[in-house]
Amino acid sequence: MERIFLRRLAAVVLGGCLAFLLSLRTEAEELRIGYVAPTTGIFAQQGKDMVDGFQMYLDDAKNDFGGAQVKFIVEDEQGKPDTAVTKAKKLVLQDKVQMFVGGLLATTGYALAPVSTAESIYVIPVAAADDLTQRDLNKFPYFIRTGWTSSQPSHPFGQWACDQGYKKIVAIGADYAFGHEVIGGFQKAFENCGGQIIQKIWPPLGSKDFGPYIPTIKQNADAIFTLMVGPMSLQFPKQLAAAGNKKPVIGGGTSYDEFVLPSMGDEVIGHISTLQYSAALETPKNQEFVKKYRAKYGKVPSYYSETNYTTALMIHEVMKKNNGKWPGGPEFIKQLSGMKFDTLRGPVVFDDRRNPVQNIYIKKVEKKKMFGYDKEELWNTVIKTYPNVSQFGQFSESEFLKQPVYSRDFPPCKFCE
Amino acid sequence: MKSQKIKIFVVVAAVVAVAAAVPHTGSFIILLVTRALAFSILVMSLDILLGFTGLASMGQAAYLGVSAYLTAILATRYQIGLGYDFWLVLVLGILLGAALAAVFGLLAIRASGVYFLMITLALGQCVWGLAYRWNSLTGGDNGINLRERPRFGIDLSYDVTFFYVVLALFAASLLLMYVLVRSPFGKTLVGIRERELRMRILGYNTWLHKYLAFIIAGGFGGLAGVLWAHTAGIVSPENLVLTTSVDALLMAVLGGAGTLVGGVIGAFIVFGLREYLSTVVPWWQYALGAVYVLTILYLPWGLMGIPERIRQRRLLGTKPVIPQKLGIPA
Repeated sequence: MERIFLRRLAAVVLGGCLAFLLSLRTEAEELRIGYVAPTTGIFAQQGKDMVDGFQMYLDDAKNDFGGAQVKFIVEDEQGKPDTAVTKAKKLVLQDKVQMFVGGLLATTGYALAPVSTAESIYVIPVAAADDLTQRDLNKFPYFIRTGWTSSQPSHPFGQWACDQGYKKIVAIGADYAFGHEVIGGFQKAFENCGGQIIQKIWPPLGSKDFGPYIPTIKQNADAIFTLMVGPMSLQFPKQLAAAGNKKPVIGGGTSYDEFVLPSMGDEVIGHISTLQYSAALETPKNQEFVKKYRAKYGKVPSYYSETNYTTALMIHEVMKKNNGKWPGGPEFIKQLSGMKFDTLRGPVVFDDRRNPVQNIYIKKVEKKKMFGYDKEELWNTVIKTYPNVSQFGQFSESEFLKQPVYSRDFPPCKFCE
Repeated sequence: MKSQKIKIFVVVAAVVAVAAAVPHTGSFIILLVTRALAFSILVMSLDILLGFTGLASMGQAAYLGVSAYLTAILATRYQIGLGYDFWLVLVLGILLGAALAAVFGLLAIRASGVYFLMITLALGQCVWGLAYRWNSLTGGDNGINLRERPRFGIDLSYDVTFFYVVLALFAASLLLMYVLVRSPFGKTLVGIRERELRMRILGYNTWLHKYLAFIIAGGFGGLAGVLWAHTAGIVSPENLVLTTSVDALLMAVLGGAGTLVGGVIGAFIVFGLREYLSTVVPWWQYALGAVYVLTILYLPWGLMGIPERIRQRRLLGTKPVIPQKLGIPA
């Protein structure tokens, strides 16, 4: 009996000593990064791409950011804004993270921004809610966005549509804030150069049957602008093709992002969309990234993966500049927004509203072989690049901020018949 | 009667224990307990309908939602409810919940069983649709951020202070609902659950009794909504979507319908698994699923049925008699 007790005691003492020694070893600065993503629920796949992108950079950097050891803590926000808040608070209060990253939906972005403090800043790689870096910027001083605003690619795209000679376009998009903002931006830019949006159709988010909507599309339109997300992206082009559509189809980035593209059929060939990234960017850097990502996770990286990889890279660069010492939240944001980055998606700088200024790509879906893969696949070939696009695009910042945020009713549909 | 006293003692002891112990835990735990307590009020309000009156409502989140929106809109647009007028908003929230229930009750109470369930579901979704589409008022799916909690002598932005306020309101709600279900009125509700026809023959206006129970439940739902808005700091259509109603229903059934306290236990278990266990392990969903399945298979009276089961087993030495009437549509 006594012997067993002694043996147990020995084990405990030994374990204690080991733990003590280990704690001595971690003298190096620790950078605690919390990550909030939906890893369960209907958005789990996007969540996985997000985490994978970030994790891949961490693996590449061996968790060493300029001497700081990165502790990466992933929390599941379950696609619900108030769960996201709870989880972010857990990261802030319990794990004492210096920053939390993530959030998929625009809603989540809005919900998480107030959680940020000088001690725990919020870095936003995905949630594209326009107003965070527009009208609401000064309410929340402790966040920075490394991704995009929903309407950022739409502004040059509207101009591009004019350049193609389109006069009348019908817009059909998911009925929620992100959809309103993408289509709103497109409408403003397109009508600014003489085009007309003659109809706006809003199927509910998550619609799978577009039967009630497709027949109502006005026949005198020159093109159709779509903004779909997730499973909607797969269903809409299929049903549109089945309905015998002959019009050109153009759309927001998420309608044809690599997240859905591999599951799409040949009916999307020739469709044109816009975003700040394409997996088919022919730069050596991107080629290497795509190949490595694909080898590791078995799929082509989507923009969700890229933007998180890039975010991790940006954090790394700032930490390098500080030799691995955490400069403090406000200082970190200041330094990050003052730096220039050469990223997978191209050069990125920040405007003075903590939002990236970056290339916007016009992309055409093509079936071809890329990067030495031996099968013909669908890729978003870049057909035009608009460099250095800010969130205000071709519009002046002060004028732009006077208008309300894009919504279902703004800009008003002047040319709707 | 003696066992009733013991039960009351256990519940009071549990509330005191929570009040004493929780502030000493981590700040994240305080937050979680506060959330669970606020939501428990909604679950208990649902239990008045489900467990005592035998009406399975699928739209209970609507009452939580409208008063959460009321709180958020008053606070962000008119700066009302951030000082002593917090109590005013609390009362308004309760009244709004009750008023909405009074309207919905007119439509829903006529039906029973599955039909009641479907009508309440539809009405709840109407409110959700309104919150989702009425952008100018509700902010659409972006919802409304509540950036500060009320301050009146005490500062509710301290999580511990806020926890005590929520706990106090929770305890008051529990007490009120307990008195309600033990009152003669509460007994008529149970009578209606057991056999409505007999109650009608005895001369009770069963429609009115059900209607009143529905309104009272709506009022408590409204109370939960005000607290919920300040707990989460964000109000979005997610708060009144169908799954929130279903969550409340599942929590009530998990803990044991018709016991009030059961719903609280259910809420704590679900919040614990969904929001705490999920920070620890990735397989929390399986745990949650297993708890549901096992409860439904082996504990038709919910977790609150466990003592009864043990007692029966000890007395009879055989398989326990499964009570036939649960007030839950099978």
